[in-house]
Amino acid sequence: MLGLVPVSATAGSFSQLPALLALSAAPLARLRPLDIAVIAIYFVMVLWIGFYLKGRSNTSEEFFMAGREMTAWIAGLSFVSANLGSLELMGWAGSAYQYGILATHWYWIGAIPAMIFLGLVMMPFYYVSKTHSVPGYLDLRFGGASRSLAAISFATEMVLMSGVNMFAMAVVMKVVLGWDITFSILVSSVAVALYVGLGGLRSAIFNEVLQFVLIWGGALLVPILGLVQAGGWNGLKARILTNLHSDSYFHLWRDTGHFSANPMGVHWTGIVFGLGFVISFGYWTTDFLVVQRVLAAHNLRAARMAPIIGSFFKMAVPFIVILPGLLGLVLLQNPDGSHRQLVGEDVVKSCAASTTEDKIQDPAGCSTALSTKTSLSAEAQQKVLSAAPNSELHSYNEALPLMMVRYCGPGLLGLGITALIAGFMSGMAGNVSAFSTVWTYDIYKPLINKKGSDSHYVMVGRMSILVGVAVSIGAAYLVMHAHGIMDYVQALFSFFIAPLLGAILMGMFWKRATAPAGFLGLLIGIVTSVSLFVWVKFNPVELSTVALSPDAKPMAENLYRALWAFLTTVIVIFVVSLFTKPRPVAELNGLVYGATILPKEDPVPFYKNEWMWAILVVIIFAVLNILFW
Amino acid sequence: MHGSGIPIWFFIGVLLVAYGGMIFGYGVFEWATGSYPQAVQLTNLHTPVWWGALLFLLGVFYVLKFRPARSSK
Repeated sequence: MLGLVPVSATAGSFSQLPALLALSAAPLARLRPLDIAVIAIYFVMVLWIGFYLKGRSNTSEEFFMAGREMTAWIAGLSFVSANLGSLELMGWAGSAYQYGILATHWYWIGAIPAMIFLGLVMMPFYYVSKTHSVPGYLDLRFGGASRSLAAISFATEMVLMSGVNMFAMAVVMKVVLGWDITFSILVSSVAVALYVGLGGLRSAIFNEVLQFVLIWGGALLVPILGLVQAGGWNGLKARILTNLHSDSYFHLWRDTGHFSANPMGVHWTGIVFGLGFVISFGYWTTDFLVVQRVLAAHNLRAARMAPIIGSFFKMAVPFIVILPGLLGLVLLQNPDGSHRQLVGEDVVKSCAASTTEDKIQDPAGCSTALSTKTSLSAEAQQKVLSAAPNSELHSYNEALPLMMVRYCGPGLLGLGITALIAGFMSGMAGNVSAFSTVWTYDIYKPLINKKGSDSHYVMVGRMSILVGVAVSIGAAYLVMHAHGIMDYVQALFSFFIAPLLGAILMGMFWKRATAPAGFLGLLIGIVTSVSLFVWVKFNPVELSTVALSPDAKPMAENLYRALWAFLTTVIVIFVVSLFTKPRPVAELNGLVYGATILPKEDPVPFYKNEWMWAILVVIIFAVLNILFW
Repeated sequence: MHGSGIPIWFFIGVLLVAYGGMIFGYGVFEWATGSYPQAVQLTNLHTPVWWGALLFLLGVFYVLKFRPARSSK
């Protein structure tokens, strides 16, 4: 779920989320009995689904692959929903508040081309090879060593990510509602362990579709009512121009010609090649968490249609994420009616009030942070420093919950909070279900017990879900007590994406690529990525070397690090393959482009043809980019 | 979902009926009594009434269209 949450690299990021725990501020919202009932019904529903699906998850194919009987719609919604987590929603709403619609790149160029490519070009190889997982594909193409490297790194990353998700949910629930951290962690983990342990991947997919509906049902009202209040899109633009004296907030590409010309500090080359190609293709086409959803489709055509269906919804997500962030810029108010300005979490932390008395703990640090990192008026700064009533600061990441509280009364607020909870829980469920599959098929079966019965592997899968959830709880508490770890856990994800993409693309589209080359390319690519991360971590000035500009900001580092790691993997695979013996072409059927005979599909009317829908997506994508140029 | 069994859309329908009914009911109560939450904006639009009704109707549609007896036929 956190795969495309690069907010970790931005100012005011979720990597500082644990710092919020130190605050004594009152919760943002108070739930009424009706809201509690809405949340309780959601939990009853997911458990009902889990128990219902238990009877349909008896074989390994049913438990790990949902019986491969999902329709294109369900696989497509689940595919896009697996990336629609609450951290993502809140993080990108906060980023939109800071950077304007530049943040939309992560939904459009950072997703759509890759989703179309997956559906039309790559899916046939994943599907025809009948692999159970992405590491499984590497096994078929490059052998056991590559599979083990990818599987172990992926499994580790999944349980840690699940822990981060769990912890993030607990923090958000504490900040928004004042709930106890342990209560949130225990309730969410027991529910996830139950419904995924009982129903397997099918249960995870069902809950992702449910989450998708809840997120739209719970969050769609915010932009609609916000636009009504702001006077429509033109009214919003006029108010931002008046308040902020800049129209950069409405341009996707115009100001990306130079790192210093836009607030994000990114260059269009980084957006196109780093985000639009390496990160996006790496995430959407090789991350097993999302690919697993499409592998569960009931036939090849459904598997190809699923990402294309998903791409329509992905393009629409900025309406419920980016727009509330922009609306927050002009509509959010303090309780006294004055304009509320959100700040970075580092500033919120610097200005934390004492838990025992109404005083700022570190007035000097707070004063410096306010004057150097915000544009608050002198009067507003003074109010914060004197801990005046209703003067507490809120971070960018709270933009979405604050907008929800602004428009949602009892019931509707419960629905919005349920959508956030559902997002977190299905994120955890996605993590542990993917972990369970990779652990059972790519680690346990080939390396520990090759001769188990089908029911034995289902039992191992169920046990691994319990173990995965238990480890996730441990990871959640580890992150809570050692805040810096969250940075590393999130970075962990980015280490593998680009090298894995290089290995898969070379394996899938070049017959000459060999097994030793695949393994070495993957390994050296990962080492390159980790080395660049460590280099910049300990020598921040080297960011300018990695991102090729002294004006680059942390966001650019992620994009360029991915690009270098990808290129390293591709070059290593290319060079080593030239010196090693390739497999006979006959062995590559079903695995490599040009060596695979794809099954003939029955002709369908044009409105069911994936190419027609893909062309439509491309046209809408192009029009949106031109419209918001 | 392909194959037999209760489709996910039915579960979604049930949830939407429950949520829509609760939110609509509260909206009507709020409108009738005029007791709106203080901090909430645009209460004059009676959002819970029409949003609740929309969710409820959508839920009824899904429940009827994907009810188990019908979908297993």
